[in-house]
Parts: sequence; C-alpha cells; structure tokens
Amino acid sequence: MLKITDLVKRYGSGDPVLKNLDLMIEGESVVSIIGSSGAGKSTLLRCINRLVEPTSGSIELNGTELTHLRGRALRTARRKIGMVFQGFNLVDRLTVMENVQSGRLGYISTWAALSRSYPKADIRRAFELMERVGIAHYADTRADQLSGGERQRVGVVRALMQEPEILLADEPTASLDPKTSEQIMGLLRDLARELKLPVLINIHNVTEAKEYTDRIVGMRYGRIIFDDQPAALDKAAMDEIYSGSPHADRSDPLKEAS
Amino acid sequence: MTSISEQFGRDEWTRFTPKQKLRRWAILAACAIAIVWSLSSIEVVWMWVWGAPAQMGDLFGRMYPPDASNLGTILNVLWDTVNIATFATAFAVLMSLPVAYLAAQNTTPNQATLWLGRLILVTSRSVNTIIWALLFVAIFGPGVVAGIVAIMFRSIGFIGKLLGEAIEEIDKRPVEALEATGASRLKVIAYAIVPQVMPTFWAVAILRWDINLRESTVLGLVGAGGIGIILQGAIDTFNWPEAATVLLAILALVILGEVVSAFLRRRIL
Amino acid sequence: MTADTPPRSAAPQGTPRDTWSRPPFIANPALRWAVYLGAILYFGWVGVTMPIDWGRVAEGLGRAANIFGGAIPPSFERSGLLIDGFLESLKIAILATVGGVLLSIPIAFMAARNIAPLPVFYLGRAIIIVARSFHPVIVAIIFVKAVGFGPFAGVLTLIVYSIGFVAKMLAERIEEIDYGQVEAMRAAGAPYLSTLVYAIFPQIMPRQIGLSIYQLDSNLRASAVVGIVGAGGIGATLANAFGRYDYDFAFAITIVIVGVILVSEGVSGQIRKRIQ
Repeated sequence: MLKITDLVKRYGSGDPVLKNLDLMIEGESVVSIIGSSGAGKSTLLRCINRLVEPTSGSIELNGTELTHLRGRALRTARRKIGMVFQGFNLVDRLTVMENVQSGRLGYISTWAALSRSYPKADIRRAFELMERVGIAHYADTRADQLSGGERQRVGVVRALMQEPEILLADEPTASLDPKTSEQIMGLLRDLARELKLPVLINIHNVTEAKEYTDRIVGMRYGRIIFDDQPAALDKAAMDEIYSGSPHADRSDPLKEAS
Repeated sequence: MTSISEQFGRDEWTRFTPKQKLRRWAILAACAIAIVWSLSSIEVVWMWVWGAPAQMGDLFGRMYPPDASNLGTILNVLWDTVNIATFATAFAVLMSLPVAYLAAQNTTPNQATLWLGRLILVTSRSVNTIIWALLFVAIFGPGVVAGIVAIMFRSIGFIGKLLGEAIEEIDKRPVEALEATGASRLKVIAYAIVPQVMPTFWAVAILRWDINLRESTVLGLVGAGGIGIILQGAIDTFNWPEAATVLLAILALVILGEVVSAFLRRRIL
Repeated sequence: MTADTPPRSAAPQGTPRDTWSRPPFIANPALRWAVYLGAILYFGWVGVTMPIDWGRVAEGLGRAANIFGGAIPPSFERSGLLIDGFLESLKIAILATVGGVLLSIPIAFMAARNIAPLPVFYLGRAIIIVARSFHPVIVAIIFVKAVGFGPFAGVLTLIVYSIGFVAKMLAERIEEIDYGQVEAMRAAGAPYLSTLVYAIFPQIMPRQIGLSIYQLDSNLRASAVVGIVGAGGIGATLANAFGRYDYDFAFAITIVIVGVILVSEGVSGQIRKRIQ
C-alpha cells in the first residue's frame, strides 16, 4: 500500500510543483495519472523513489516512511520500487542480460556485479521474465541493437527483477509508436495481475489510460483534481484537467485556498 | 525601370565596414610588429643562416649511404623503445582512471577532490616528457625506468583529461535508472558509467600509445633509455652514416606504429 | 532495427536456464586465448628482461628527496636569465609559426588529392609524413649539428614541426572543400589565381587561422624542450640549471614554463573560440 500525505515539492524558491498532495494506492490496481505537461506527474513519481527530494509531506510504502531515508536504508527501500522510464534508460553498450540483471544490483554483492557472476536464481528469473515478454532470445544482444518496443520490454523486466512492491512507470509509451505503445500498456496491465503488483503509470494518452488502467488520477498544476474509475472520466472532467495555464493556476489565491 | 543600385541609393560595395577594416588592420599590424620584433632581436648569426642550406646539404651528403653494419644493435634498442612506450602507456592508463574519476564533475566526491584531480592533470600535462625525463634520470639514474616513468607522468594528464571529459558527457539517464534500483555508488559506476566511457578509453589509450612511441625515441637524448642513446652516440662521434640508419629505423617504427594503432582502432571500436 | 542474433545457448524448451555468461569481447576462442596469452607473455617476459639496474633505481628515493630538498623553495634570483630565455622562446615560436604556416600552404596544396597530380601528391604526403614522424628534439639535434647552437636551429626545428601538423590538417581541409564553388568560378571564366582566391581560400581560411594560432601555442610548448639539446630558448636555460644541480632555479623555470603554457593555452583557446 502506497500512502502519500500532504506532499509538497518546490524547486528553488519558485511556486510549488506539488501542492499538498494526497494519494492512496492499495492492492494490485493499475492506476494512471493524467494531466498536461508541467502538471507535476513526473515529479510525483520521482518523489516516491526519491530521485527527486520532496520538500515536505509523507510517503509511506507498506508501512515504511520513505521521505527521511538516507544511504543504505534508502537503497534498500528503492529495491522495492521498480521504475520504467520514458526513454527506457538502458545502458546501450551492455547486453540485454546485463541490463536486466542491473535490476538486481541492490541485492547482489559487488564482486558478483563486477564479475557478472549472477546467482542462478536470478538468471532463472531473468530468463522466465524475458520469455514472458518475448525477449529471451536477445539475452546476449547489446541493448542498442533493439527496437523501441523491445527496449522498453527490457526496461520492464529490469524493474521486475527488483521484485518490487510497486511499479512506477513514467510515460512508458511516449517514445513508442501507437501499436507498440498498446502492447506495452497491455503488458503492464497483465503483469500487474500476474505478479499482484500495484502499478502507477504517468501517461499522456487518455484513450490508453481509459482502456488499460483500473483507476485514473487527473492532475492539474500540482493538485489532484480527479480520482475515479475510467468510466467516470467524462468531457467535463477532461476539460477541467487539461484547461488553464500554469501561471493562472499558481498565482490565483482563491484557487490556492481551495 | 530603375536599377537596383539606384533604388537603394548606392553603387559602392565593400566587404567590411570601416570598423571591421580598422580591426583587421590592427590585428595585421600587431602580427607584423611581433614578427619584426622577433627578427630584429633574435640572437642569430645571419651569416650562418645564409650558409644553412649548404650546411644541410653537406650533412645529408655525409649521411649517404646509410651504414647498416650496426643494425642488430639498433633493432634491439628499437625494441626497448617500443617496450618503454607500451609499458608507460599501460601504467598511465591504469593510473589515469582514478584521476579521471576525481576530475570529472559528475563523479568526483566533493569540491576538494575535484580540484585535486584537476591539479594533477594540469601539472602532468604542462610539463613536457623531456623535462619529466630530465628529472627522473636524476632520480633513477640513466635507463629505461626513468624513461617509462617520464612518459607515464606526461600521459596521465593527457589520458585523464580526455577520459574525465568523456565521463562528464555521458548519458545520465541510465545512471538515474540504476540509482532507482537501489544500487550502490560503485555498482552504478560499473554498470552505467564504465560501459559508456569504454570506447573513449580504448581510443585514447591507442592514441596515446602512438604518441608515446614518438616520444620514446627521444628519451635517450637525455639518458632515459631507448633508441635516442644510439642516435646521440652516432652524432657525437660524427658517425653520420649510422645516424642515418637510426633515423630511417625511427621513421619505420613511427609509421609502423601508426599502422598498428589504425588497425587496433578499427578492430576495437 | 531489430537484431536477429540467434540464441547462443540453445537450451531445450521447458527446462529453466540458470547459467549465463557474458559474450566474450573476442568471439573466436582461439584468437581470444592467443591475445590473452600473448599479452601476459609480452608483459611478463619484457618486464623481466628489461635492462634495469634495480640497485640504482632503489637509490632513487634518497636522490628524489635530495633533488626536491634542493628545489624548494624555488629561486627566482636569476630572473633576468629566466626572462631572456623566455623572450627567446617566444621569438623562436613566432618566427617558426610564420615560416611553418607559410610553407605549409603550398605543401598542403601539394598533398591534397583533389588538387594535385599524383606524383606531386606523393611528394607532398612524403614531406608531411617525414615532418610528423620525427620528434622535434631529434630534428633539433640534427639542425644544431648543421647550423650550430642557438635559436636559429630552434626556428628551423619548429618550422619542420609546424609543417607536420599544419600542412596535414590543411590538406585534409582542402580535400573536403565544396568543389561546386570552384566549378562555379571556372564557369564564370575566372583565371586560376582568382579561382584560388575566391573559391578555395574562403573555404580554408577559418581553418588556417585557427590552426596558426594553435600552432603558435604548440610551438611555444615545443620551444621549451628543443633548447634542452641546444636549440636556444628557455629549454637551454633549464638544461643548464639542471646540469649544474641548480635545482631551485630549475624548479623556478619549470613553474614559469607551466604558467606560461597555461596562459597561452587559455588565450589561444579564447581566440579560436571567438573566430569560429
């Protein structure tokens, strides 16, 4: 269970990007976050695994408070949070297997990591997951030889190798063509079911959000203004999420108070 | 119909505005003054200058035909020269890794280590191999050790600088991704940074080996081992035919080195 | 852009695979082991057989202490000598750059495949290769023997050194020029020299100016070392100080050399940045 309470993130001395945000994610649901660019979706996701330092508030994952962790404790917590990126963020010059195993780096010894002598169980799991998403035959191929969809599959397997308790996906399909994009969304939904894993997806494509996720959270400039079943996302809700300018939203004191 | 020049009211064209012209003349004048100053004050016996072509001709005349009677020794020492370059490059490559790590803004632990790294690079790079060799010959005595250490000291700065720049230019997204998996600093470096700088690493190592091969041919002139010793000996005893052989051997070595490094570059990169 | 490498380990379907090793850097195992073994043998054998007098090397620590003890603090007492040496180095560098750059232009045209006829091209390339292959210090001792000690030998040496670099880079630039511009000039009936001035020079001038400034910087560096074998400049001063065990003065000279090189590198970098 992920519980976010009163989260604020402010870059420098500017207006906050996240404003007193509350969000709760339970069970194995697939939740999508929609909203226009600059709404703070990416910042929210990155606050959860602390790639971005939250300014104040609390983020709790299965009973562990994440916001104050440091050093080893932070790394241990991060192991349990898988992340899939828009740009895949693979290491191009390593093989697919090395990229996949890099999801285990938080678990294995430094020597095993440097010498590439991965534990048998990890290799078995890697092959199973790669088989599941259809990239097992690329184990020895360098990551930069793969197509976009295949690369994102490597990214997904890397995140799943962490045996995460939650999966974060930051615009996982924004760099892909429409067909591949649907495949990846379907894959994320199915894997969430199979692995009983909550998944939190930032997404631009509302149609895909409606089709592949169980719940939609609409953000506008640092606040959650919609949170319901996909079916409840009607035209009026859409207009509200995608209207307004950041300037008006941030400087209007009335809205600030709401 | 009016012509264009009439329309615009002008029929003159110059490439530069008066201000630009002035600047160009000023730069030209500064260059001219520098040259005149150098020519007029340099301590040269001008008579020798006019005699130089004849002197050079005479020298090359005495070199011909090259005397290959000592070829065995020459080749032997040439092999030593190659070894000096290779060993020095190998050591320098290893030692430049931590220096590059310190001197790259995105890997260095803190500000103090950053400046330490940069200080090492600048010192190493600014002192020429021959000057390093003078120092190390005084320390270790004449021989290959001084040569290896001298070349190594000069190469660390060169390799470290280029490698440090490569580290600063890496794609940071994989680094972020691996940090998100909970990997420790060392593992992030090994998996996200090292693979990205490997091509530069090999390219720089090969390039430096090629340069070091050239540098190691002159170490002997200050006593730091290699073919330079034989060259110095031949010149000091006015044995010009043998000096010619040594020069040809050096030429062959350097060209061979270029061929080898081009081959390695093609194979590895 | 899909790779179609087949699976390397063809495990039968159904049995879980639990071993994996990274594909080796060199795919052919025989070649791989040959390379590894060759490297080990080379470093081992050469390392052992190198003509090293370990006893003498072991004394190094004491001597190093002596030298550094003598070098600190650096002595700037004879700064007159130091400044004279530097000015001479600067003069050598300026004259060698001018001479080298001027000579580089015809040689570069000779060595450009798209301009020069084949025999001339080979001659041009040969000049460049010879000029590049010999370290300036070797060129310097030959010139010192031919024309005597002093800055003149230094200037000649660095002219050769400049040709090796400037002519090579310039020839490459000439080979890359847009030939359409030359054709346009010819089509307009321009004579040979005008074609050169209007179609080729504008294309190579920025590179040439950048190279000249870079070469001035590099000549200044090199002029510090050719003096060590008697070709004038600060190098001669340094070699003398070192030879007389005046380590404090030698250290002072080295510090100033490093400072001047850093300044000159910074200035030349700034100028080149502004030109481009």
